[in-house]
Amino acid sequence: MLDCTPQEIKERSGGKINPAKTCQPVGAMYAALGIHNCLPHSHGSQGCCSYHRMHLTRHFRDPIMASTSSFTEGACVFGGGANLKTAIKNVFAIYNPDIMAVHTTCLTETIGDDIPSILSSAEIPPGKLVIHANTPSYVGSHITGFANMTKGMVNYLAESSGEPKREQVNIIPGFLNPGDMREIKRLVRKMGIKLIMFPDTSGVVDSPMTGEYKMYPNGGATVEDIRDSGNSRLTLALGTFASADPANQLERKCKVPALTLKTPIGVKATDELLLALRNKFAREIPAELEEERGQLVDIMTDTHFHFHGKKVGIFGDPDVVIGLTEFVLSLGMQPVHVLTGTPGGAFEREVSAMLQEAGVKGRVKAEGDLFELHQYLKNEPVDLLLGTTYGKYIAKAEDIPLVRIGFPVLDRSVHSYLPVVGYKGAMRIIEMISNALLDRADRDASDEDFELVM
Amino acid sequence: MGLDSDLGLRASDLEFQGSPATLLEGRICYALDAKELERLLNNYPAKVKKNRKQHILIKDSERQQIEANTRTIPGIITNRGCAFAGCKGVVLGPIKDMVHIVHGPVGCAFYSWGTRRNKAKAADPKKNFLNYCFSTDMQESDIVFGGEKKLAKMIDEVVEVFKPEAITISATCPVGLIGDDLSAVAKAAEQKHGVKVLSFNCEGYKGVSQSAGHHIANNGLMERVIGQGEMNEASAKYAINILGEYNIGGDGWEIERVLDEIGYHVIAVMTGDGSYEELKNAHVAELNLVQCHRSINYIAGMLETKYGTPWLKVNFIGIQNTIDSLRNMALYFGDEALINKTEEVIAREAARIEPVMEQYRKMCAGKTAFCFVGGSRGHHYQGLFAELGIETVLAGYEFAHRDDYEGREVLPGIKPDADSKNIPELHVSPDEKFFSLKIPAERAEQLKQQIPLSNYRGLIPDMKDGSVIVDDLNHFETEELIRIFKPDIFASGIKDKYVVQKMGIPAKQLHSYDYSGPYAGFNGAVKFAEDVSAAFNTPTWNFITPPWKNKPLLTGTVHNA
Repeated sequence: MLDCTPQEIKERSGGKINPAKTCQPVGAMYAALGIHNCLPHSHGSQGCCSYHRMHLTRHFRDPIMASTSSFTEGACVFGGGANLKTAIKNVFAIYNPDIMAVHTTCLTETIGDDIPSILSSAEIPPGKLVIHANTPSYVGSHITGFANMTKGMVNYLAESSGEPKREQVNIIPGFLNPGDMREIKRLVRKMGIKLIMFPDTSGVVDSPMTGEYKMYPNGGATVEDIRDSGNSRLTLALGTFASADPANQLERKCKVPALTLKTPIGVKATDELLLALRNKFAREIPAELEEERGQLVDIMTDTHFHFHGKKVGIFGDPDVVIGLTEFVLSLGMQPVHVLTGTPGGAFEREVSAMLQEAGVKGRVKAEGDLFELHQYLKNEPVDLLLGTTYGKYIAKAEDIPLVRIGFPVLDRSVHSYLPVVGYKGAMRIIEMISNALLDRADRDASDEDFELVM
Repeated sequence: MGLDSDLGLRASDLEFQGSPATLLEGRICYALDAKELERLLNNYPAKVKKNRKQHILIKDSERQQIEANTRTIPGIITNRGCAFAGCKGVVLGPIKDMVHIVHGPVGCAFYSWGTRRNKAKAADPKKNFLNYCFSTDMQESDIVFGGEKKLAKMIDEVVEVFKPEAITISATCPVGLIGDDLSAVAKAAEQKHGVKVLSFNCEGYKGVSQSAGHHIANNGLMERVIGQGEMNEASAKYAINILGEYNIGGDGWEIERVLDEIGYHVIAVMTGDGSYEELKNAHVAELNLVQCHRSINYIAGMLETKYGTPWLKVNFIGIQNTIDSLRNMALYFGDEALINKTEEVIAREAARIEPVMEQYRKMCAGKTAFCFVGGSRGHHYQGLFAELGIETVLAGYEFAHRDDYEGREVLPGIKPDADSKNIPELHVSPDEKFFSLKIPAERAEQLKQQIPLSNYRGLIPDMKDGSVIVDDLNHFETEELIRIFKPDIFASGIKDKYVVQKMGIPAKQLHSYDYSGPYAGFNGAVKFAEDVSAAFNTPTWNFITPPWKNKPLLTGTVHNA
């Protein structure tokens, strides 16, 4: 497995080998699914739409619907205006969403299609909406695409009534699973605070089996809610990379103060989320949540010897990786390699500061790839790998247990339904890590060292 | 929308006695008639209706024409992909000992990395690069100033680390638009490093689907790889190539298991578990088998012209299809010992699996299927379904051409359009060194009367009257046709799968086999039967309706005062 990867690390600049990121449009498509009755639309070649739907479907094991402008060579020469206008007409006539969310691709960005001007002359049926985001695949990553489409929602939909801000909070959750979005909503509701979450893919890509297919499932943020986000007292952007931009845009557009927090993975980041809500809305943390926190800390303490001092490699999307790094540090683990494929000096600064504070010597890399992560591991082995399914090749090659967290997870199920955020999510992460490490210990133990109680 | 909701009914409200599509004297009844099809199409805007009407047939005994390989209308939710997917994803990707570099922003390389299940094993694990993904990861500055330098750099780095014999470069959309000269970069790299570097201008916007990419890949392999080997003749008797077999889920290995035992000598497989080293000598084969006609018929045709090697359309999906294919191969070589050995293996294999198949047949018999896949499997799987007692009531292809539906006899009549003209035709002539007629022309003509030698009859002749054939089936039609037919199983891909299952109907991925397989050959038939039976019989279907649905909340009795 991965037999060609040498231990010796050499500087490379020709591109990525085994990338740890993908392109903007898939993130934009995912964000758009978080609007109720919305059909994402890919303005580019058919293959983009097909690949994105394939990948999202494999991660969520749920229908992912999206349409495409079906570019041909002629459209590249003459511009994609005609294709997009035809698509808009057909989508509303045949698939009848309330709203279409158009994102661009590297093709349409390169030829310079001006989406707003195309939209201004498109036939959009009365009462229907079309929004857009520019998502060039050659900038940033899928996380950037998620942020850009969410920003598009703000640009097109959010409105301030001009009246005093209401007692409600906007939550921009970031590129998380619907199970995480549900958990964040539960925490905020337990605090007794009205919230608007957008995008919100819960109820869309984790829809129940009822025997009846609904092209637009019950979930998703409604257009009315996103509109009303301009009247909220506060926006919490969870995760700098996926959420800060749209939150800041909402602040600019509707004067809703934006506060960027970490993705609430682990005890500290969840504490920070609840504290922010407590302070901004003057609500006490309910006993039930304090009890959950106490349970989590109880588990962390009772089982610390399962983790303490173990070396970990973490890779994936920046907001999730930052949260995971902080949490494994709280468990006394040593994240010695921390890598994201998404570009961003802020990632390296934030993670390095965490490691320094904890006294852990680790290697932190943004815009990296899994080829170099593998090389790092060959030079400094770890006990555990935390990341997406794409880590399985390295895990097999180096015989390291892999705990799958993040996007995409293509070879395991249920991950999208259950949270990794909040106190409950932290318990789940401990269970996953614990199982992986202890299963490995059991597998490797000689008969005389095989323990009943661990 | 659609038929049922026009009547205010859901399909499930109608009282069907078993399956709605029942067989009467070999004709499929109920289902869809012309009037109902018209009603379905009336949901479309006029232009879409006019277009889609030509892509849907209700099979009858007359010769029928279907429109295929034309543009999908923008906005229609199609299953189709792009030329890049067909070139790098399908044809080139499985070649294990070539490094496949994708030149473009990161996505295209990422999505085509390990997602297709083309398995490969190499004697030297350092000569199998399939678990690696290579992207030049073009950035904005590369789009503005050109990406050639970065590509050349990547080739340098790949040669140093991986030491491949050969490299492919596949273009993504922006590459063609900004005018990067891939062939110049490839040529310079060949001179610098002394390795073969093939470039493919398979930008996603070329053609109308994956199919354009197949053609582009075929041309490149034919021009730069096949026939470049030193071999003059095969080292053993009955030398064959297997074309259009991608070893999904190990299909190719099951086929080779049987062929090896019969005594065939497989020179090269195109391209599942295929290798550059083997492909170079593909010219020495005496016969080319064609499994997937759509994706590889260009090479098959060119091999015949250039080296005098005919091709035989085979189908190793389904027991009888496998048996027929093996018999046709034996007939081609016409050697009695080979024929006898073929029959011996067939008899043994069939006897071995028949009792197992019978068990599964009991679970599957009487059911109906939709079979909408790719450019060949929509046809290939019908026989296997039939062997399980499952009738295919609707079939079609995602990206096939008219010849895949109607047979190759329509080829001369297909006029090139603006999109197909953009894909270069490679014209080959008999090779001075290696051309030899592998069988006398007279015998070839004689064989053509008996076996599909250098011919493919297409899907339509194998379908029953009354069944429906749909090209480039889209989401709207999928929903409507399922409501009309209520099939028991829907064979398609990942993008449809959960749509269909939400309706309470099992869906079988026939691109990725739901991560199972092999499905080809004798063992594959059993595996397929096992998987399909499990899809029908999983107890999970019984839980869809909660036990409290349609039950009163309170029950009680009324006492007399």
